[in-house]
Amino acid sequence: MSLLQSTQFRPDPTTPTTRRALIRAWPEFQNPVAWLVALILVIMPLIANGFFLIEIFATTLILGIIALSLMFLAGYGGMVSLMQLTIAGFAGYMVAVFGVSGNANISLGWPWWLATPMALALATLFGTLGGALAVRTEGIYTIMITLAIGAAFYYFTNQNWAIFNGHTGINTVATPHFWGVDWRADIAFYYVTLGVAAICYFAVQYVSRAPFGLALQGVRDNSRRMAALGFNPNAHRIAAYAFAAFIAALGGVLQVWNYRQISPGSVSVGACIDVLIIAVVGGITRPIGPFIGALIFVLLRTFALDVLIKFGLDGNRFRLLIGLGFLAIVFWSSDGVIGLWERWRRRSASSTQRSDGGRHG
Amino acid sequence: MDSVAQRLSVVGAGAALELRGVTRLFGALAALTDVTITVRPGERRAVLGSNGAGKTTLFNCITGDFPPSSGTIRFFGEDITQFPPYERIRRGLRRTYQISALFPGLTVQDNVYLACRGVSRSRFSLLRPGQNDALMHATETLVQAVHLAGVKDQRVAELAHGQQRQLEIALALAGAPRFILFDEPAAGLSPTERRELIEILTSLPAHIGYIIIEHDMDVALRVVESVTMMHNGRIFKEGLPREIESDPEVQQLYLGGGHE
Ligand SMILES: Nc1ncnc2c1ncn2[C@@H]1O[C@H](COP(=O)(O)OP(=O)(O)OP(=O)(O)O)[C@@H](O)[C@H]1O
Ligand SMILES: [Mg+2]
Repeated sequence: MSLLQSTQFRPDPTTPTTRRALIRAWPEFQNPVAWLVALILVIMPLIANGFFLIEIFATTLILGIIALSLMFLAGYGGMVSLMQLTIAGFAGYMVAVFGVSGNANISLGWPWWLATPMALALATLFGTLGGALAVRTEGIYTIMITLAIGAAFYYFTNQNWAIFNGHTGINTVATPHFWGVDWRADIAFYYVTLGVAAICYFAVQYVSRAPFGLALQGVRDNSRRMAALGFNPNAHRIAAYAFAAFIAALGGVLQVWNYRQISPGSVSVGACIDVLIIAVVGGITRPIGPFIGALIFVLLRTFALDVLIKFGLDGNRFRLLIGLGFLAIVFWSSDGVIGLWERWRRRSASSTQRSDGGRHG
Repeated sequence: MDSVAQRLSVVGAGAALELRGVTRLFGALAALTDVTITVRPGERRAVLGSNGAGKTTLFNCITGDFPPSSGTIRFFGEDITQFPPYERIRRGLRRTYQISALFPGLTVQDNVYLACRGVSRSRFSLLRPGQNDALMHATETLVQAVHLAGVKDQRVAELAHGQQRQLEIALALAGAPRFILFDEPAAGLSPTERRELIEILTSLPAHIGYIIIEHDMDVALRVVESVTMMHNGRIFKEGLPREIESDPEVQQLYLGGGHE
């Protein structure tokens, strides 16, 4: 978040101004851990097999993108929207409806390069309209109205057969093939999701310091004062919903390519709430939070089953584990895992200082 | 700088600010009753009155923070009664708040930059300002004008009270203000800070008018040419500073500490 970037980070005054501006804008370029993580992500296909690449990492990145759209709204705009997964699911449905799938009676058969922009545009419109409804409310009512939109969409997909194919959904959705590459092959698809996730991450980071993002944080902190400075707070909120909807839609397109099918189960109310849990567990003050939250969620979902069974418990209890983890995080840190991590680092820094002081004094 | 049309509208309407029969109710309480005020462009006026007289409510009605229950408000001839606050601000109205309303999590520089953005175009810009951004320069100038250049990268939450009051004023000076409402800008300031405040007020360009709410007569009467006295939500007396100062009724009610 801007305040963290601009206050915690005090660059050396001797560095030239252009470099200083660059560092201020992109704090992660200074951070060796960030470079290491980036390197590992890039060479991941050399380390991980197809299962890990797709089931763990690509899935994490996709969920992370969707949760990132919530982080943007909640962290910078103070608006907790539970419809981000619904927007993603809508984009996924639109890819299936306009593109090619096994349900020829429904899909229009457009090539992917037409169906995808169409899906992104429609989902962004959907999210913007939902946002225009939601900004009339505040706090708990925003949560309720966006949850209501999510629930309504879930029931609608269940009952509508003409477009959404009811509870069976749309299956064997075609994925892009071009330049002689099958972009849904494990390694290619991993790089596609990594690329999109990186773009979304840096876009959110960049916009948070651009006039629009700064104004959004102003609206979050004191919308009345923003109006007294010449801003239209609701217009800014709606624009934030539009920006977040586009990001969620990108996640939704990747998700339908990942599973090659979409059905009401993908947009259930439970799944909407999972996105909230992911964002909160990771931390909603910085764009990295949702990705950390998504990794924890995916690891638990994938492996908790085996671990629980090994201990003689019902494997389906993994949700209980996630719920307990959620409770613990919310209880210990209002800023998710990154908040915990930062507190731990600060404490260890101050304790080394103290022990140093003890030695010298 | 002024366009011909703008100058004509000023000539045609005469007043910078014109309130007619403005009333504001809070439930059964009438915070303002039938207030009629006319302020010339460039005029500087003090509004005095005891606690709860309705001074801040008057500002809230003028800026649109709360719409008036009845009456009309004209700004340079234009009826702005139904306008949302931001439309009024974009037309050159500015205000400060009695209780600082800043963005505590952002830096001083970001606060002022937001104020400059708010009255410019491209409020939705997704591009970060570059090295030669005009608004960045305006921000620097404004930060210096209120003596905050030394703390421009600090978060507002870390500032001393006096510095926060200075920042309040900087936010109201952004862009091209035509008329400013200052709500007790001197409250809680040290004598030195008061002197700085008076200096800022007296050095404003002559075409910028303002209304200042101020309990401290020493400050108020030094920076204005006319005074409006309020009591129980009504205008009670208007005149020159020295007339008001020597008015027995005013002394009885206000200066003599006649709080009700
Ligand atoms: N938002 C509100 N809701 C209800 N009553 C209000 C509200 N704002 C002001 N009032 C009431 O209106 C009356 C006038 O208040 P106002 O704040 O305008 O007084 P003031 O002259 O600014 O006083 P002070 O010198 O204390 O700042 C008071 O009785 C106050 O309680
Ligand atoms: Mg007041």
